[in-house]
Amino acid sequence: MSNILTSLPIMTAPEPTLVELEGIARKLRFKLVQMSHKAGTPHLGSALSCVDILVAAYWTTLKVDPKKADDPSRERFILSKGHAATALYATLAERGFFSRDLLENFAQHGAPLAEQPAPNCAPGVELATGSLGHGLPVGVGMALAGRIQKRDYRVFVCMSDGECNEGTVWEAAMFAPGQKLENVCVIVDYNKWQATGRSNEVMALDSLAEKWKAFGWNTTEVDGHDISALSRLLRNVPDNSGKPVAIIAHTVKGKGVSFMEDDNNWHYRIPTAQEVDAAKEELGLV
Amino acid sequence: MRNAFAKQITQIAQQDERVVLLSGDIGNRLFDDIKAKCPGRFLNCGVAEANMIGMAAGMAMSGLRPVCYTITPFLTYRCMEQIRVDVFYHHVPVVIVGTGAGLSYASLGATHHSCEEMGMLRLLPGLSVIAPADEWEVRAAIKAAIAHPQPVYIRIGKKGEPVVHQAEPQFTIGKAIEMLHGDDICILSAGTVLPEAMSAAKHLAARGVSTRVFSFHTVKPLDEAVLSEVFSKCKVVATLEEHSVLGGLGGAVAEWLADHSPAKARLIRFGTPDEFLHETCEQEHAREKFGMTSTAIADRLQAAVT
Repeated sequence: MSNILTSLPIMTAPEPTLVELEGIARKLRFKLVQMSHKAGTPHLGSALSCVDILVAAYWTTLKVDPKKADDPSRERFILSKGHAATALYATLAERGFFSRDLLENFAQHGAPLAEQPAPNCAPGVELATGSLGHGLPVGVGMALAGRIQKRDYRVFVCMSDGECNEGTVWEAAMFAPGQKLENVCVIVDYNKWQATGRSNEVMALDSLAEKWKAFGWNTTEVDGHDISALSRLLRNVPDNSGKPVAIIAHTVKGKGVSFMEDDNNWHYRIPTAQEVDAAKEELGLV
Repeated sequence: MRNAFAKQITQIAQQDERVVLLSGDIGNRLFDDIKAKCPGRFLNCGVAEANMIGMAAGMAMSGLRPVCYTITPFLTYRCMEQIRVDVFYHHVPVVIVGTGAGLSYASLGATHHSCEEMGMLRLLPGLSVIAPADEWEVRAAIKAAIAHPQPVYIRIGKKGEPVVHQAEPQFTIGKAIEMLHGDDICILSAGTVLPEAMSAAKHLAARGVSTRVFSFHTVKPLDEAVLSEVFSKCKVVATLEEHSVLGGLGGAVAEWLADHSPAKARLIRFGTPDEFLHETCEQEHAREKFGMTSTAIADRLQAAVT
């Protein structure tokens, strides 16, 4: 077991090993399956898709202190694909922003954590999302605010590929490089599906990396389930190219549970108790 | 009015480092002063209004006081969801300033008219909707908006509007300004159409009808104290605005009246009808077409009280 992350900048959390990070990701994935089952909420495939991105960001990259979630100098992570909120909630709870107990009544009547995040619903949730195409403009605004206020924080925005259908994504994508805004990074969770079809068939989304490059972003494609590769790219922001950074993360919808992987029925399906048990076994948590 | 806006926002930005002006690629040379005096705090956001509103929300969430400025329909209709979700749902202090509001750009066609946006925006929880009457009210409204730690929408004209006030009036969001005293009729005027109301009151006075006039600059929240008073004392209360009679000041007052009836006064609404203006014409002709000139207002109101 080698510690691949010894060159990290000063972090408030101990530096985990790759094996530990992969263990966290498996634990989170099972939590998402449990939450979906218990609350009867959909979008499990979408949530499983972005887990490794969240783990790389929250355990290896972001300069955040869970005890000071409102620190004006904190680094920001916006999960713009708000339908995958369980992934954000479970990540924030595991990372210590709030008690894991909050996950237990997720989406229940009166609970703080709704199916998609409300404003200030819990420490660490930067933005109420759920309507797609909002995270990047707001994130670019946060990054500009950092520049104006002479704070050197970075802003990371994770979007879905379906979200790239939205025109506001491309308005912001054109604006940020025009401002030479280096402290903003987009991660596209490119799982090749949107709600009701293949994302490359609904709109001409392939050549996604070329699109971001053409818009002026320093763009890299990566295996979106390779935590160490994701971590290297995320930690390298800003990369001194004078450009914002786009990471096209090739992912699998439903990643980690074989019978959910790349099956778009899991955009809406709710796992049964038997399926929860099967997922637990597959994730090596039995 | 836009010159007054540019001067005032420059003054405020010099004193308040949180203030950032975002423009949707308009105002050629208008903002040279703020660019020079407040480097980095003027951003031409291009012809991408929805992104501008989203960015402004992100800035406000990070402690800044962004002011978004461009032509009214593009800033409001086009960005309704960004305004609703990014700004209002998060309830962050973004000031949205639409220029060329109402029929200011009558000659440019209905793409540039905004006779429905107050009705749309008024529905958003917690929004202040302000329609200043002249450049003095623009200056005062901007100051009040920056001092108000919540979202504010201000609709202004373009340039060369008549100046009604002699100096900057005492201005409070939600408090109408009394312009003329009178007993029989009360005209509540929102926005740059106020001179028509003032002139109509003079016509009516000459005909023996005493008319009170308010600059009812805040369409939300309504000045309920004034409404209670005028609906209990006058015979007719009229609303006047370069906006549809649906949803704007007239609509808001009608809603208020429904909750506060019976009232002594009846309500008459002056504004644009429930239709697009298809005719090629200047602002003054558009007002004429829709019965919003001083003589048309006076005639209709006189008939209502006699």
